[in-house]
Amino acid sequence: MKRCMENTWELFRREFRAYFESPVAYVFLVFYLMLIGFLTFFVSRFYEANQADLKYFFFWFPWVNLLLVPAATMRLWTEERRTGTIELLLTFPVTLTEALAGKFLAAWAFMTFATLLTFPIVVTTMWLGNPDLGAVVGGYVGAVLLAGAYVAVGILTSTMTRNQVISYVLAFVICLFLALAGWPPVMDIVNKWAPSWLVNGVAALSVMPHFESLQRGVIDLRDLVYYASVMTLAIFGAYLVIENRKST
Amino acid sequence: MLEARNLRKVYGAIEAVRDISFRVEKGEILGVLGPNGAGKSTTMRMITGFLPPTAGTALIGGHDIVEQPIEAKRLIGYLPENAPLYPEMTVVGFLDFVAGIRGFRGAERRRRVESAIERCRLTAVRWQTIETLSKGYKQRVCFAQAVLHDPSLLVMDEPTDGLDPNQKHIVREMIRAMAAEKAILISTHILEEVEAVCTRAIIINEGRIVAAGSPTEMKARHPSGRLDEVFRVLTQGTAEQTTAHR
Ligand SMILES: Nc1ncnc2c1ncn2[C@@H]1O[C@H](COP(=O)(O)OP(=O)(O)OP(=O)(O)O)[C@@H](O)[C@H]1O
Ligand SMILES: [Mg+2]
Repeated sequence: MKRCMENTWELFRREFRAYFESPVAYVFLVFYLMLIGFLTFFVSRFYEANQADLKYFFFWFPWVNLLLVPAATMRLWTEERRTGTIELLLTFPVTLTEALAGKFLAAWAFMTFATLLTFPIVVTTMWLGNPDLGAVVGGYVGAVLLAGAYVAVGILTSTMTRNQVISYVLAFVICLFLALAGWPPVMDIVNKWAPSWLVNGVAALSVMPHFESLQRGVIDLRDLVYYASVMTLAIFGAYLVIENRKST
Repeated sequence: MLEARNLRKVYGAIEAVRDISFRVEKGEILGVLGPNGAGKSTTMRMITGFLPPTAGTALIGGHDIVEQPIEAKRLIGYLPENAPLYPEMTVVGFLDFVAGIRGFRGAERRRRVESAIERCRLTAVRWQTIETLSKGYKQRVCFAQAVLHDPSLLVMDEPTDGLDPNQKHIVREMIRAMAAEKAILISTHILEEVEAVCTRAIIINEGRIVAAGSPTEMKARHPSGRLDEVFRVLTQGTAEQTTAHR
C-alpha cells in the first residue's frame, strides 16, 4: 500500500511538472482565465443585470471545460505511445493502475489549479455585492468535480490513439454528450421519438443536474457518487484499452 | 538469471515469435542476432513484461514475469529499441524520476543519479533538456536509466544502433565494464559486435532459434569461418519471403 502511494506520487510529480515544462501550460492558463472572465462579465451581462450573483460565473464552467479539458489531457497517453516511452513506463516496477492514477491526478490537479485561479472574479463580485459563501464553496467543489469527470474521459480517449487531435475530438464529443444529455431543450427533442425509459436513462448520465445542485451550496451524496462513478468507469476503460493494445 | 521458456507471440495473423527458449546466467552476455522482422524486439518485450506472451513465460531470478511482474521487473534494466525518453525533461530530472520509481529516497537517490551520470559520461549535458541532445547522448541517457538501479539482468535492444564508431566504442566499453556481475541480453544486426562483446549468441529467424553457441562455434559452421556467411546461409531466402507476405 505504501509502495503503491509512493509510485503514484512519483508518477504524479513527473506528469504535473511536465505541464509547466512547456510554455503551452501558461498559454492555456491565460486563455482559460480570459475565457471565463469574458463570458462572465460580457456575455452574461454581469453589470447590466446588476446582480452580484455568481450564478452567471459558475454557469460557464461546463462549457469552458468542455473546450479546454480535452486539450489538457490529449497528450497524456498519445505521446507515450508516439515516442515509445510507454515501453519504459510499463517496464518500470509499477502497476498499470498506478500509472493511470498518477496521470489522472496530475491532470486533475492542473485543472483544479486553473479553476482556482478564477478566484479574483469571485472576489470582485463579493466586493460589488454579497454572494452567499456556501454557494461559492459549493460552486467551486462542483466545478472541480466536473473537471475531474472530464479529465477521466480525456484520459480514456488519449489511450485509444497516438494522435492528439483525435484524442481531443473524441473527448470533446463524449463530454458534450455528458453536458447535453439532461439539458431541457435536448430532452424535449429526444422525448418526441424515444421511449421514456431511454430518455430517463440518458438523462441520468448527464453532469448538469449534479453540477447545478452543488451550485446551490448543497453537497449531496448522490452527486459525489455520480462523479466517482464517471471517473472510475472512464479510468477502468482506459485500463482495458492499454491492457489490450500496448504496442500500436 | 534469465530463463525464457517456450515464448510465443501472435499479432493477429502474424506469428512473430514461435517457440523461443534460452538461458542467460550471471557473467554472460548473450547476443541475439537476426534479420529485420525476425522477432528480436518482440522477444525482449515479452521478457521485460511489456507485452504479454501468447504462450510460454520468462523467469527472472526465479520470478515469473507473467505471474509476479513487479518482483521480476525490479531485477531488470531495459534499454528499448530507439531509446525512448521524455523529450521535455532535463537529463538530471529524468534520472531523478527513474531513481524515485526504482524506490530510492533521499541521499541514496542523489547518489544513484550521480553515479549513473558519471558511469555513462553525461556530466557535460546534465542540465540539458533531452530533446536538445544528439543521438549518441540520448542513447546513453537511456542506458543510464537502465543501469541506475544496478539490475541483475540487463536487456538492450540494439544499443549501438545509429551511433558513430566512437560512440559505439563507448557503449561497448560500458557494457563490458558491467559484464562480470550481471546477466546481459543484447540484440543487434552488427555481427562484429557479437564477436566484440558477447560470450554466446543465438540467431533468430522467422521467430525461431536457428543457431546457438559461442561466436567461435558459430563461425566454425561455415567453411569460410566468417560470421556473416553463417548468418546469410541460416537466414537468407526466408527473410525475403517474410518481407513479402508482411
Ligand atoms: N504491434 C505489432 N502488431 C503487428 N505486428 C507486429 C507488431 N510488432 C511487431 N510486429 C511484427 O512482428 C514481427 C517481428 O517484429 P520485431 O519487431 O520483433 O522484429 P525485430 O527482429 O526486432 O526486427 P528489427 O531488426 O527490424 O528491429 C515483424 O513481422 C513485425 O512486423
Ligand atoms: Mg527490433
